[in-house]
Amino acid sequence: MAWEVVIGLETHAQLSTASKIFSGSPTAFGAMPNTQASVLDLALPGTLPVLNRGAVQRAIQFGLAIGATIAPQSVFARKNYFYPDLPKGYQISQYEIPVVQGGTLSCVVTPKSGEPYVKTVRLTRAHLEEDAGKSLHEDYHGMTGIDLNRAGTPLLEIVSEPDLRSSAEAVAYAKALHSLVVWLGICDGNMQEGSFRCDANVSVRRAGSPKLGTRAEIKNLNSFRFLQQAIDFEVKRQVELVEDGGTVVQETRLYDPGRNETRSMRSKEDAMDYRYFPDPDLLPLAIDREWIEAIAREMPELPGAMRSRLVREHGLPEYDASVLTASKSLAAYYEAVASAVADRKVAANWIMGEVAAALNSAQIDVAASPVSAAQLAGLIGRVLDGTVNNKTAKDVFAALWNGEGESADAIIEARGLKQISDAGAIERLIDEVLAANPGPVAELRAGRDKAFNSLVGQCMKATRGKANPQQVNEILRRRLAGG
Amino acid sequence: MSELAHAGVAELGRLLRQRRVSAVELARLQLARIERHRDLNAFLDVRPEVTLAQARAADERRARGEDGALLGVPIAHKDIFVTRDWASTASSRILQGYMSPFDATVVENLARAGMVCLGKLNCDEFAMGSSNENSAYGNVLNPWDKAAVPGGSSGGSSAVVAARLAPVATATDTGGSIREPAAFTGITGTKPTYGRPSRWGMIAFASSLDTAGLMTQSAEDCALVFNEMLGFDPKDSTSLDAPREDFTRHLDDPVNGLRIGVPKEFFGEGLKPDVERAVRSALAEYEKLGARLVDISLPNAELGIPVYYVVAPAEASSNLARFDGVRYGHRAASYDDLIDMMKKSRSEGFGPEPKRRILIGTYVLSHGYYDAYFIKAMQVRRLIAEDFRRAFGQCDVIASPVTTSVAFGFGEKTTDPVAMYLADLYTVPGSLAGVPSMSIPCGFGERGRPVGLQLMADHMQEARMLGVAHRYQRATDWHCRLPEGF
Repeated sequence: MAWEVVIGLETHAQLSTASKIFSGSPTAFGAMPNTQASVLDLALPGTLPVLNRGAVQRAIQFGLAIGATIAPQSVFARKNYFYPDLPKGYQISQYEIPVVQGGTLSCVVTPKSGEPYVKTVRLTRAHLEEDAGKSLHEDYHGMTGIDLNRAGTPLLEIVSEPDLRSSAEAVAYAKALHSLVVWLGICDGNMQEGSFRCDANVSVRRAGSPKLGTRAEIKNLNSFRFLQQAIDFEVKRQVELVEDGGTVVQETRLYDPGRNETRSMRSKEDAMDYRYFPDPDLLPLAIDREWIEAIAREMPELPGAMRSRLVREHGLPEYDASVLTASKSLAAYYEAVASAVADRKVAANWIMGEVAAALNSAQIDVAASPVSAAQLAGLIGRVLDGTVNNKTAKDVFAALWNGEGESADAIIEARGLKQISDAGAIERLIDEVLAANPGPVAELRAGRDKAFNSLVGQCMKATRGKANPQQVNEILRRRLAGG
Repeated sequence: MSELAHAGVAELGRLLRQRRVSAVELARLQLARIERHRDLNAFLDVRPEVTLAQARAADERRARGEDGALLGVPIAHKDIFVTRDWASTASSRILQGYMSPFDATVVENLARAGMVCLGKLNCDEFAMGSSNENSAYGNVLNPWDKAAVPGGSSGGSSAVVAARLAPVATATDTGGSIREPAAFTGITGTKPTYGRPSRWGMIAFASSLDTAGLMTQSAEDCALVFNEMLGFDPKDSTSLDAPREDFTRHLDDPVNGLRIGVPKEFFGEGLKPDVERAVRSALAEYEKLGARLVDISLPNAELGIPVYYVVAPAEASSNLARFDGVRYGHRAASYDDLIDMMKKSRSEGFGPEPKRRILIGTYVLSHGYYDAYFIKAMQVRRLIAEDFRRAFGQCDVIASPVTTSVAFGFGEKTTDPVAMYLADLYTVPGSLAGVPSMSIPCGFGERGRPVGLQLMADHMQEARMLGVAHRYQRATDWHCRLPEGF
């Protein structure tokens, strides 16, 4: 019996404001504990919250980017619970009426097997809220330390519909979301510092069943790998449980990366009653049309719009356009290369091929690539004008990557890698190869075409790859046909 | 010297301006009287050295040529306002000895005007109560009759102004906490429009209702102090961004032709004859002055108490969550773990009334009850506000009794919380609507205890309301009466 996996993500993106959402304290990461906590962050008696306009602006930018409705009026509510690092005893969040409603986000999914495809995920909402502080359990000799530097940091909680059908889709969506918030500049995207973290709601159901299964919520996944591993584990756990005749209970689970498993944190029965109610210290958040329009005018070109433009104006396939717009830095790199070479598809191939592979194995972002866009464009230029063939070009790329030369031209020159395109020279070469290889020639004449490639290979080998492979092909065919 | 001690804000301002008295002399005089009348238990924290330093600073400002109407005039603050120089406890054990690193905006505004603070005033714990019997630091006595409560929650504020230990005291009103004690002690107690005074630095009870105001001897004094105390505060998101105004500007307006709305619901069953008699004669006085009485109706006002006792505890249950023993305030001496520490600290730190309201508030916000209680209460609250809006189409001010009876005795209502809650019957509707309202003395009832007349005006019309009160105080002398022994 086939199982269908149903996943929805709740993502917390820390907004890139200089100060907190309701106080003037700075939000910078890594300061000494409690040095960035004001009287408000400490919840001293008599303190009151005042909303940070920059946080609202970033929420609006996000809403516009996903084609959502920006609520003309949204409401801040108190989520009440006791925890030592929650100074007020409640978190200010948005509950019934969030600032961003609806919207969609497209992403390229690369499944474990099968072709990559584009998936469009519906978003439920995104709302503004404040972060809590941190409880520090180590180094305090059996006591708990409280650091309130993070308390009051602005967060945008982005909730997707349960549209995701695999861990691959969940990761693709999370990556697209990550790249969008970084693209917009509303979040620094630093996952190690907790600036971007996901909760995954996971359930399984029999394929074709219209009814959703009972879900488990896995909390605080702060890397794409953990997100994928946690979902895979949880799906396997739920499927095995149901197949063994058990039932999934609604609960909150924690993922333990060390043991690669999820563990129950609390069940629905112990679920807290947060007693949400509108915060009487804050008036409803009113956003007028003029403000939204002003923000819209300042918006950068968005990945979706850029994707369409690359298809329309650069003639790239949809898939290439999606991959190249996966992050702002990659898109910028592509644009820089594409503007300097004659064939944009070739530029795209290089970036998605050699460059992506090298970045991936070095685990760095394209912004930190040792091969600059200008260097790559120079190299592609030499491929397009026939100075080097593709194979040699890959060696030149590796040399550029390793810092062995200033430019493709310099490396080609220094190593004598210039392609041999002189017809006379190639004819002489072919003569030598034919003479030295009577066997394959005989086979070929007997109708076995495979021998042809071996002869081409011999020619390339003899020139250490420098011969223009197209010319070798043509001349070799002519010579063989002509006897 | 006793006449000087009895002088109000306006008069003291004149005497200071004429250099007939100095701020230091006034401060010394009142500090001595405060010491002499310690049995009232009105002050929770007095620090003469700080007071005298402020007085000296005021005199220096005067010497440098400053000429403010309040420069050097003494004041005392309800212990709901946080202060840097005096402990801020909200009359709760959970904040015993708590020193705030900042001053409330109201405190700061008045200090900027040169007012000299005499100390912090007792009140009901977290401003929850109508008799001041809920203070962790003991009862405050009514200067008119030491067997009677001074009202609450601003019982310390009402007692010191009635006893003339201070010409003015700050107070706060959530459901009647200024007007009821003012009525019980024969003084002028004024609650401005919600949002006019900043709530920054007011220890929150019910945020959507909490309003800072004043206890004074007269409406004129109140107007003078409002001029410095009220105004937009960017630190309070619910603060009204209205232009500054002169609250004395309508003091001399004639009441000729004034339409005074008399809501029939405020003169029904439960109103004691002695109170009704005094209030009716005040209304007759207004008619004599040329005002016209208009019968009006506030049909939903009777729902005020049930609505209030859903909304206020709901907000309180959340506002009081920060007192958990983690960062400041009372922490239990021994505990097993974090949760146990919070539970014990809160159980030990809060008195019975905050606990009762936390329980009620937690209940009405709980899943499954929220719609039936909280949402319903918010809806009825809007209906009550709508009643007022309609009424102010028919009249300029509304007049009514403040309370059903004169001040009651200690212990009379402490065993019956609902009876205590009904003490706010006539004051709660105005709080829910957020309109300015005040209590002015209008006679005496049973056992010679004072009676108050409540005046209410439309939003932002406090200057008008103070003018209406002032005309009455020009024609009568109830507000000048003094309890014996002070």
